[in-house]
Amino acid sequence: MQEKVIEVRNLVKKFGSFVANDNLNFDVYRGEIFGFLGANGAGKTTAMKILCGLSAPTSGEVKVAGFDIYTQTEKVKRNIGYMSQKFSLYEDLTIAENIRFYSGIYGISPKDRKAKQEILLKNLDIESSKDSLIGSLPLGWKQKLAFSVAVFHDPKIVFLDEPTGGVDPLTRRKFWDLIYETADRGITVFVTTHYMDEAEYCNRVSIMNNGRIEALDTPENLKNQYSAKNMDEVFLKIARNKE
Amino acid sequence: MKQFIGFLRKEFLHIFRDPRTMIIIFGIPVVQLLLFGKVINTDIQNAKIAILDQSHDNTTQKITSKLLSSGYFVLAKELQPGEDVEDVFRKGTAKMVVSFGPNFEQDLERDGKEDVQLLADASDPNTARILTSYAGGIINDFVKKEKLQNIQLPNQINVEVRMLYNEGLKSVYMFVPGIMAMILMLISAMMTSISISKEKELGTMEVLLASPLKPIQIVLGKVTPYLLLSFINALTIILLGVFVFGVPIRGSFFLLMAESFLFIMMALSLGILISTVAPNQMVAMFISLLGLMLPTILLSGFIFPIQNMPLPLRIVSNIIPPRWFIVIIRNIMLKGTGILYIWKETLVLIFMSFTFIALSIRNFKIRLE
Repeated sequence: MQEKVIEVRNLVKKFGSFVANDNLNFDVYRGEIFGFLGANGAGKTTAMKILCGLSAPTSGEVKVAGFDIYTQTEKVKRNIGYMSQKFSLYEDLTIAENIRFYSGIYGISPKDRKAKQEILLKNLDIESSKDSLIGSLPLGWKQKLAFSVAVFHDPKIVFLDEPTGGVDPLTRRKFWDLIYETADRGITVFVTTHYMDEAEYCNRVSIMNNGRIEALDTPENLKNQYSAKNMDEVFLKIARNKE
Repeated sequence: MKQFIGFLRKEFLHIFRDPRTMIIIFGIPVVQLLLFGKVINTDIQNAKIAILDQSHDNTTQKITSKLLSSGYFVLAKELQPGEDVEDVFRKGTAKMVVSFGPNFEQDLERDGKEDVQLLADASDPNTARILTSYAGGIINDFVKKEKLQNIQLPNQINVEVRMLYNEGLKSVYMFVPGIMAMILMLISAMMTSISISKEKELGTMEVLLASPLKPIQIVLGKVTPYLLLSFINALTIILLGVFVFGVPIRGSFFLLMAESFLFIMMALSLGILISTVAPNQMVAMFISLLGLMLPTILLSGFIFPIQNMPLPLRIVSNIIPPRWFIVIIRNIMLKGTGILYIWKETLVLIFMSFTFIALSIRNFKIRLE
């Protein structure tokens, strides 16, 4: 059995009388690309915030990177990376300054930073733009950079909250190449998305509806189970069944 | 600690790279002080007056030259008896007419009666009031000194007026504390609330919260640069006030700085509170401008005296922090009093700071849950 990096048991999150997460149970394994799907308001952002330590659950057990989310929040945070829905670098700082800032937060020494920064710039092929302001870069670059910065400190898991919103298919494809590379390095990728073609790229996906996880398996198995041609159909069938 | 320094470096880069922030922080304080101190001056200088002298005797001429040499007035027109006085006001030639009755000198010496009339253009009531009181003062003074020395009038009450703490009635004495309160509110409260809500708007706040940084470190990191800049501004305003406008610091300089520091802390906690409520920069700016700047200008006693306000506004003015700060600054700078006389105001500011911090923490927790 593979190493579990996320364990969720009976997770419940309520806002007043509204139940955003209704008894979630799932595991995520090391090096996996785990797709977290669901319509808007299905509760996926809430669940993701809990996993990142941004929000406390109402009840249930949650372990992230082997640490308990209630008592070891700090250790959890040291071992995860996070890229928000909105673009999460500072537009008025240069690439190097952004990297320097985030390295500082995660306590990466200046020596390590310089070495890693060089590799990062080389991988993304943007060595000459090191001192350009982020605001002046094209959106596709920004997203790849934001992702690279989110995994700069080699976290065990990186959480991506709808990372490819508003980007053309080609750029999205390139972004996914980067995700694969990261997963190959043993970093678990936990990604939420609405794009069903992206769901096909994941190792396993879970589909949420009204706060519950309705299905969780590999895209292949899900398609067989729901006798659907693609993930789009799977998603629609699940959503319709429940209405 | 290293984390913190890195955070500060980033904050200063934000500030120095944004021209608007730079203008607000370094331009506005100086411009406002100069504007209020030099241009928007309620002191009267070279006001135009007209003179209608029906007796043309020695005394009236002396009084006229006294008026014109005071520096407050210049002669715009000499009216002839029978001319339409109001015409002067309608045309805007003069703001005030001094009219001496016929036989002024005789009436004065024989009966002690000053047959002189001041007519002012009260479409601008403030100026009219100030002009007439200045002119009245000069005329009375002259008559008392030159003419009535030897005459003892029965039952006359001599009122002697002395303006303590600001003998020259200079309005800049009033503006310096007010502007200081306003600028510190602007920079500390408004700029911090904008800079924190900017992180929320751009989504970087979530990234920071998901990092090992503790919320308190994030808030301190956001606030510290503005604390430093506000303090520099407070010093600049005081120095400009002292060296350019000659406002005295009669009390302890140390106390003045300590109280300014307290006020800055209060404003910063208010800024944090605003940022916990505002979802984006625009809202933060509107709350700060409408909720802080306007009341600071209108209700703090900076320009309009609080005693003259209707009761409801007087009550409202109590919750406006600069109202207390202005009292403190005036006391220290102009009256030279120590903490014994301003401890109540100081306590109010301390109480306000704690309230704002407590409310911010509560709001912050609600948001995280």
